[in-house]
Amino acid sequence: MWGRIEGILIRNLYLYKRSIPRILDVFFWPSLDLILWGFLSLYLQEFDMSGLNIVTILLGAIIFWELLSQSQRAISITFLEEVWERNFLNIFVTPISMNEFLGATALVGLVRIGLVSILMSILAFLLYHFNFFIFGFLLIPFVINLLISGWVLGIFVIGLILRYGTSAQVLAFGLIAIIQPFTAVFYPVSALPEWAQVIAHAIPTTYVFEGMRAVLTNGNIPPMDLVLAFVLNILYLGLVFLFFRAMFGKVKKMGRLLKLD
Amino acid sequence: MAPDWRYINIMPAIIEIKNLKKKFGDFTAVNGISFGVEEGTITGLLGPNGAGKTTTIQMILDIITPTSGDINIFGMNMKHDRAKILSRMNFSSPYVAMPSNLRVWENLYTFSRLYGVKDYKNKINEVATFFGVESMLAKMTSELSTGQLTRMNLTKALLNDPKLLLLDEPTASLDPDIADKTRVILKRIQKEKGVTILYTSHNMEEVEEICDRVIFLQNGNIKNEGTPAELVKEYGHKDLNDVFLAIARENTNN
Repeated sequence: MWGRIEGILIRNLYLYKRSIPRILDVFFWPSLDLILWGFLSLYLQEFDMSGLNIVTILLGAIIFWELLSQSQRAISITFLEEVWERNFLNIFVTPISMNEFLGATALVGLVRIGLVSILMSILAFLLYHFNFFIFGFLLIPFVINLLISGWVLGIFVIGLILRYGTSAQVLAFGLIAIIQPFTAVFYPVSALPEWAQVIAHAIPTTYVFEGMRAVLTNGNIPPMDLVLAFVLNILYLGLVFLFFRAMFGKVKKMGRLLKLD
Repeated sequence: MAPDWRYINIMPAIIEIKNLKKKFGDFTAVNGISFGVEEGTITGLLGPNGAGKTTTIQMILDIITPTSGDINIFGMNMKHDRAKILSRMNFSSPYVAMPSNLRVWENLYTFSRLYGVKDYKNKINEVATFFGVESMLAKMTSELSTGQLTRMNLTKALLNDPKLLLLDEPTASLDPDIADKTRVILKRIQKEKGVTILYTSHNMEEVEEICDRVIFLQNGNIKNEGTPAELVKEYGHKDLNDVFLAIARENTNN
């Protein structure tokens, strides 16, 4: 089983090795976001923020958002690579199962997250003297939750692409933006109107961003945020897995697995 | 020399298809067909466009779920033993691309991992030498000609020492020279490695040359089956191409 997962992982690492757009996706855009939000937060810091360290909060938020986004895109784009390259049949007539394929795409996400974390942490330290690691292991449970949330969103997107074809591929890049206003990335949930707060509380990443802000401002993990994030993530992971299996089974019945374009 | 079918018929069937049916809505693509493919033979799955060949092949590969019926390969059922079955077979088609943005060696390495090939370095070199593609291993796949791509696909298809090969028009879009070389290679695979091959093609001259047995599909049903020589004799035509035309036009004329 590991050999098959390794096969997909290596195939993707070969791709990244010589593809400028893919390298930009991992290194350039996150750096650009960090620079943009970093300077904005430095500017806002000049105003009276009632003791709030705006640089820490915004840089923490943008780094976490980027980790979520990378985890989701890794799954969706690894799947789309096979569709774009018309390699789907070659892959799925090997003994690899869809679960193993999904596991491999999740690992690609882990590699991307690792690279982005290192890059953004170094940049944040060099440009803004923001040491992301000063909080040590406190942020790790939240990062794990971001990774799982990214998998949930990524698997949901490829389920939709399976069902509706590559016309749905725009979701691979755009779906995550839909949850951004509700998930309290840059502001607390309390800043949202009441109806939006209901939606926010159903999204696991909301508790991750709330928890991150708590860790960055007072150094304590809010246990309830962490528990709720884990519970919702596991629930959604189970649901999205069922959704994906249903979509996969449906396209195999419809004979459309090789006609995704 | 044509095989002795009295002997072949008692050889174990590598593929056993029973009452295989596929409906897409109201349209029946494959209508409850049953056939077997004996070990060590090359069997041609023939028929006009829309006859049900591709749907049948894709059901055998577990890419399309049958509406009903059974597919047994190596004595195992595809529903229950998918990974075991697929690890012992392989597939090649000029219509299925290999990732163009990887080197040939990288592609072959990826597939050797997917098939769980143990000594992958030696295996890649061995199969690449067999197909005469060892000088292409460092090339980008996007730089290969059509003929080279076909040989690369066939190299991929032999990486796991398959006992069963499914080939979808392996010589389509090849010039006559490369097509002839490919046929020679396929006969070598059958003879030297004992590989069973299920083969689709629209080139009846090629089918007559290479296949031990053919199955004609039409409108999702098996219209006829036998050795190419038997079918030519049965229909009273001069070659398999005329038999194909006769079968394909039967439906049009009715």
